[in-house]
Amino acid sequence: MPFSDQVRARLDADAAQIISKYPGSRSALLPLLHLVQAEEGYVSADGIEYCADRLGLTETDVTGVVSFYTMYKRRPVGQYHVGVCTNAVCAVLGGNQILAELREHLGVADDEPTPDGQVSLEHIECNAACVYAPVMMVNWEFFDNMTPQSARKLADDLRAGNQVTPTRGPGRLVTWREAARILAGFNDDQATDGPAAGPADLLGLKIAKQHAWTAPEPAPAGDQAPAAAGGQTNKEPR
Amino acid sequence: MTDTLTPVLTADWDQPDVFTIDGYRRAGGWQALPKALGMRPDEVTAIVKSSGLRGRGGAGFPTGVKWGFLPRGDNKPHYLVVNADESEPGACKDVPLMMATPHTLIEGAAIASYAIGASHAFIYVRGEVLHVVRRLRHAVQEAYEAGFLGRNILGSGFDLDVIVHAGAGAYICGEETALLDSLEGKRGLPRYKPPFPAVAGVYALPTNVNNVESIASVPSIVLNGGDWFASMGTEKSKGCGIFNLSGHVATPGTYEAPLGTTLRELLDLSGGMRGGHRLKFWTAGGSSAGILTDQHLDVPLDFESVAAVGSALGTRSVQIFDETTCVVGVVLRWTEFYQHESCGKCTPCREGTFWMVRLLEQLEHGQGSEEDLDKLLDICNNITGRAFCALGDSATPPVTSAVRYFRDEFLQHQKEGGCPFDPAASTVWAEGLGGSGGLSPRGTAGSET
Repeated sequence: MPFSDQVRARLDADAAQIISKYPGSRSALLPLLHLVQAEEGYVSADGIEYCADRLGLTETDVTGVVSFYTMYKRRPVGQYHVGVCTNAVCAVLGGNQILAELREHLGVADDEPTPDGQVSLEHIECNAACVYAPVMMVNWEFFDNMTPQSARKLADDLRAGNQVTPTRGPGRLVTWREAARILAGFNDDQATDGPAAGPADLLGLKIAKQHAWTAPEPAPAGDQAPAAAGGQTNKEPR
Repeated sequence: MTDTLTPVLTADWDQPDVFTIDGYRRAGGWQALPKALGMRPDEVTAIVKSSGLRGRGGAGFPTGVKWGFLPRGDNKPHYLVVNADESEPGACKDVPLMMATPHTLIEGAAIASYAIGASHAFIYVRGEVLHVVRRLRHAVQEAYEAGFLGRNILGSGFDLDVIVHAGAGAYICGEETALLDSLEGKRGLPRYKPPFPAVAGVYALPTNVNNVESIASVPSIVLNGGDWFASMGTEKSKGCGIFNLSGHVATPGTYEAPLGTTLRELLDLSGGMRGGHRLKFWTAGGSSAGILTDQHLDVPLDFESVAAVGSALGTRSVQIFDETTCVVGVVLRWTEFYQHESCGKCTPCREGTFWMVRLLEQLEHGQGSEEDLDKLLDICNNITGRAFCALGDSATPPVTSAVRYFRDEFLQHQKEGGCPFDPAASTVWAEGLGGSGGLSPRGTAGSET
C-alpha cells in the first residue's frame, strides 16, 4: 500500500521544493522519480502512484516515463550499483573482459543484487570518460583505468563494506539511495571534494605549457577589455 | 600564426579549486557577465555572431545565428536550455568541463539568457555523472549568493533562475527536441520540426538549446571580442575546440586546439600510437560520424574538411583503434548501442537497427555471407534520410564507412568461420603494451605498414 503518513510527510516537503523550481509542474517528474527511488532504492508501484498523485498525472503516464529511462530500476539493486562500460573504446581496451570476469566473480545477472544486497552489476554505455578507458561507475561515480584485478578488488571491497574512493569524485562513496537523492536535487556536502580534473583531461594543457603555447592575445585597442581575464585568455606558463 | 594548442576553456583546469567561485574569479572569471549587461542584448548576440562560433554539440550551426531566431518583443517567457547530456561514444569534453569549471558554463548561460531574453535557464545534465551534478548545483548556489543569478542581477534589472536538471539515462535526450520533451517530464521522444524550438520549445515557448562547450565559449568571446575568437581556426570553422583522443594511443588525453588541426599533429604531441602498433581506423566525431583510416591523418579537423572525406567533425571525439582491433566487432558494438538507444518512435530506426545488429552478429561470428553484407548496406540505405530524427541517420555511417574501408575483413570472418582477432591483444593489459611508440615527428601512426 502507499507510503506511511510519516514517509509521505517527508516526501511531500521534498516534492514541494522540487516542484516549486519549475515553471511547469510536470518538469518535476524526473526529479520526483529520483526522489522515490531514493526512498525505496527503486521505483515501486507506490512510488509511481505517489509521483502521479503529486503531479496530477495517471499512473500509466508515469509508468511510461519510468520504463523509458535506464537509471530508474523497477526492482531493488545493490547498495552499490556497479556499471562496466562496454561501448567500443572501453570494450576493446578491456571492458568486455572486466564485465565477463565480474559477472562470474559475483555470480549475478544484469541489475541483480548479490544475496547480501551489497552489489549489483550492469553493463553501461559511454559515460563520457573515454580517455580513462576501461571505465567503471559505482553509483554513478567514476572509477578510471580499471583492470580485471582492480575491478574484482573493488567489488570485494564494496561487499565487505571497506571504504573505496572514486577516481574523480567525492571522498566518501555514497549509497545507491543517497545518490538518487542527489539526482533528485538535494546535494550532500561533498561538491568540493576531489580534483578539478584528472591527468588525461590535463594532458593538452600540460603540453601547451611546456611549449608556452597559448590562445592569441586579444586586440588591445578601443573598448576591448584587456586580457585580465586570466582563465579566459592566455597567460604566462605557470 | 596560431599556436598548435590554444587552451581557453581548459586553461585553468589545473587549478585545484577552479570549480569554486573563488577559484574561478582568481582565474579571471565572472568578468564577462558585467560587461555583457552593459550592452544591449542584440549587441551581445552580434559579438557571438561575429566570432563565428558554431555549435560544439556536433551539428555546427552558428550559435549567434541560432540566438537570433528567437522572437523579439513578443512578451512571452523565453528559455535557455543547455544540452549537458554528453553521451556520444568517444565524447568526454563537456563532463570534464562541468567538473572543473562549472562557473564558466553558468556565466555563459547567464550571458546567453540575457541575449535571448530568457529569465529561466535549464542545465539538462545526464544523470550518470553524480559528481558533475554536485559541482553544478554547488556553483549555481555560489553564483546566486554572489548576486550573479537571481533578481536584478548586478543592478541591471535582469532576472535569471538557473535550474540544474538531472536526466535519467537516455542517449536520445541529446537530440534537442527529445531533450525538451524529457525536460517536460515525458519520455524523451524527438519532435517534428517545424516548429523549431526557437518558436515552440519547452512549454511550447521560444527556447534556445545550446551545447555545454558552445555556451562555455561565450564568456571569453564577450571579453576578448569576436575577432579574437575568429582569429583561430579556419575560414569557415573558426575558433578552438576540445579534442578527446582515446583508445590505442600511447597517452590518451584531451587537447584544446584551433579547428583545422590534424590527427597527425595531435598524435605527435603525446607519443603517437601505443608501442609497436599502428593506426587501423579512427573516428573524428564520435561513432555517429563513421570511421576514417590512416589515409586521413592529415585531414584538417574542421567541419568542411572532415565532411569532404565522408565523415563529420561532430563532437571531436577521436577514438583510435590499432591493428589488433576487429572492425566488425567494434561496429557491432556501436550498432547495439544505437539499437538500445533508439527511442522506438519511427520504424526505420527501431526496426532497422534491430536487423543491423542481427546481421552484424552473423558476420562477426563467421556466419554471414556477401549477400548478408549487401543486405546490411541495403538496410542502412533505407534508414538514412528516412528516420524521424538524427539518431537513425547516426546509426548507419559507422557501418557503411567500415564496409567501405574494410570489406575484405567482413568477408574474412566467413572464410575463417569466426573472428580472426584475439580480443586479448587489444586490451590495455595486453603483453608489450605501455610506453610510447617512439615515433619520429612525421612518423606517427599508420606509417609502419
